[in-house]
Amino acid sequence: MSILEVKGVNKRFGGLQALGDVNLSVQENSVHAIIGPNGAGKSTLLNCLVGKLIPDTGSVMFDGQSVLGRTPYEINQMGISRVFQTPEIFGDLTVMENMMIPCFAKRDGAFEMNAWGSVLGQKDIVAHAEHVLEDMNMADKRQMMASSMSRGDKRRLEIGMCLAQEPRLLLLDEPTAGMARADTNNTIDLLKEIKDKRDITIAIIEHDMHVVFSLAERITVLAQGTPLVEDVPENIKGNPKVREAYLGEAQV
Amino acid sequence: MLGLNKKDTSLLLLVAALVAFAPILLNPFPEGSALAQFNAGYPDLMQRFVIFGIFAIGFNILFGLTGYLSFGHAAFLGAGSYAGVWALKLLTINVIPAIIISTIVAGLFSILIGYISLRRSGIYFSILTLAFAQMAFALAASVLTPITGGETGLQTNLNDPRILDFGVREGGNIPAPSLFGLEMGSSFQLPVAGWLWTFNVGYYLSAVLMLIAFYIAIRIFRSPFGMMLKAVKSNQQRLNYTGLNTRPYMLACFVISGMYAGLAGGLMVAMDPLAGPERMQWTASGEVVLMSILGGVGTLIGPVLGAGFIKYFENIFSKINDNLLHQWFAFMPDGIENVLVAIIHPFIGKGWHLTLGLMFMAVIIFLPGGLVELGQRIGRLFKRRKSDDTSGQTTPAE
Ligand SMILES: Nc1ncnc2c1ncn2[C@@H]1O[C@H](COP(=O)(O)OP(=O)(O)O)[C@@H](O)[C@H]1O
Ligand SMILES: [Mg+2]
Repeated sequence: MSILEVKGVNKRFGGLQALGDVNLSVQENSVHAIIGPNGAGKSTLLNCLVGKLIPDTGSVMFDGQSVLGRTPYEINQMGISRVFQTPEIFGDLTVMENMMIPCFAKRDGAFEMNAWGSVLGQKDIVAHAEHVLEDMNMADKRQMMASSMSRGDKRRLEIGMCLAQEPRLLLLDEPTAGMARADTNNTIDLLKEIKDKRDITIAIIEHDMHVVFSLAERITVLAQGTPLVEDVPENIKGNPKVREAYLGEAQV
Repeated sequence: MLGLNKKDTSLLLLVAALVAFAPILLNPFPEGSALAQFNAGYPDLMQRFVIFGIFAIGFNILFGLTGYLSFGHAAFLGAGSYAGVWALKLLTINVIPAIIISTIVAGLFSILIGYISLRRSGIYFSILTLAFAQMAFALAASVLTPITGGETGLQTNLNDPRILDFGVREGGNIPAPSLFGLEMGSSFQLPVAGWLWTFNVGYYLSAVLMLIAFYIAIRIFRSPFGMMLKAVKSNQQRLNYTGLNTRPYMLACFVISGMYAGLAGGLMVAMDPLAGPERMQWTASGEVVLMSILGGVGTLIGPVLGAGFIKYFENIFSKINDNLLHQWFAFMPDGIENVLVAIIHPFIGKGWHLTLGLMFMAVIIFLPGGLVELGQRIGRLFKRRKSDDTSGQTTPAE
């Protein structure tokens, strides 16, 4: 069953057609990669899924409900969590506090006026956050200021924060961009582990072919805002159209 | 205690003790001594310390936690003051209803201003709040004269209705605001040796309310709500994409902050039943910003310290004049005495703003964490000294 259905999505920025008639279907509990050269429209597509951008035409259905016209927090509450291209975390808060916020969002919804009880008095939230931190192998860092961590750890924390919400769909925008090889491999292992442990659908935008072929079950190739092919990884590797799209990037 | 952890409890108790003994602590110099000039333990000034403390605590809940810099907070102080005077006029000369109504009216007013201003963030938010406050100021001084008394201000009169004070009409005097008959202005004076301590009803009422306000602020800082507000400051985008709606969080915070200002405004008129438009002016809004920054933005105690500091300077430094300087330096040769007085002259009396400005700059540059950071640094210095001593003792020369 497909959990995410994108149909006929168009998006223009002035004269530039960033997305042209994009159709995409992501199967529940699969890992679906969207690849394409720089400027292909990958991030634009993702932004259309999470409410940051509104497509000019077309529809985006998540689990049978349209996401169009909803704000980012509403879409998140529907069960879509997003990891950014550069880690977006609460830098001035501790790792533990970072982890507790999504736990609150999961338990209390978009707004809850709890100005009287103490944070640490919320035993279920504390336990939940601790649990995810342990899952992420970050329990020893819980009192660290989030901004003081390495980029790889920030990424790990951000992914953990998304998982704490137990989303049905996890969207990742180039999660390994700008990372050293070791950090990249760590992230791949982390994502594999996540996939093995839970029922979750992952849609990943990626530039790094190594990452894509280690993780994805299906791949959509985007070029100049339009899907070129969609297939299993083995068939993508040898596809001449894909080679052409990536010409000069010499990675495939 | 009271649902606070150890550290917060001791902070609260410390503040409570300081506030309770302020009439003694702030009068360290004996009456009639040369330094009695610097005593701050008189009712009028002590009332101002705690009332502006409340104003600054509330401002800091908004600015310190969320980073949203309101430049129009005096509008709520003013709205609270006007509402308070009306309560004293129409209802009763008892200050309790006045204080409650001030807080509520300021809260309602801040829902309106907050709802609109919070559509923007950063500098645009600040400008919007400033614009609203200036509008309120201008309206209060002109169009709304029937409600605000215009430029001259609003005050209590002998023939006010005061419907709850059935027939209680003493002679020909305008009744003074009171707490069930206990007048705000009444004091108990205690001369001890050369000192004179004044325990004032209005001060203690304000002080109790400040302690309650401070306690509530601590709870807010430590609550899930407070954590969300810190998250707004840290990364609003992440918060939105984590399924949290920042709007109601911000509005709730803004209104709470406005109600603190309203409470302060209500107390001001309870101490002195007079409200004028200048209370809403942008300089008044700027003052509370200075208090917070000077004391330490985002810290619990900082704004109270900042408020005390500024009010002390405003009232004490501004009173020093050249005559006094000549007295102090009289022991020096005439020439040097005159030079010294000439050098210090611009910084005292009406020039106290200059002194304050210089200190403010010094704090911003050297102590971005304000007076609280100064305290922490001194504390650390002592700790290091101590640990050096002990380490010296535990490793005796061999
Ligand atoms: N907000 C925007 N305004 C104008 N042009 C944009 C905007 N966002 C993206 N674009 C343009 O749309 C195209 C696709 O961008 P993007 O989706 O970021 O590509 P990718 O993520 O695949 O590298 C690029 O040419 C980019 O310059
Ligand atoms: Mg991109």
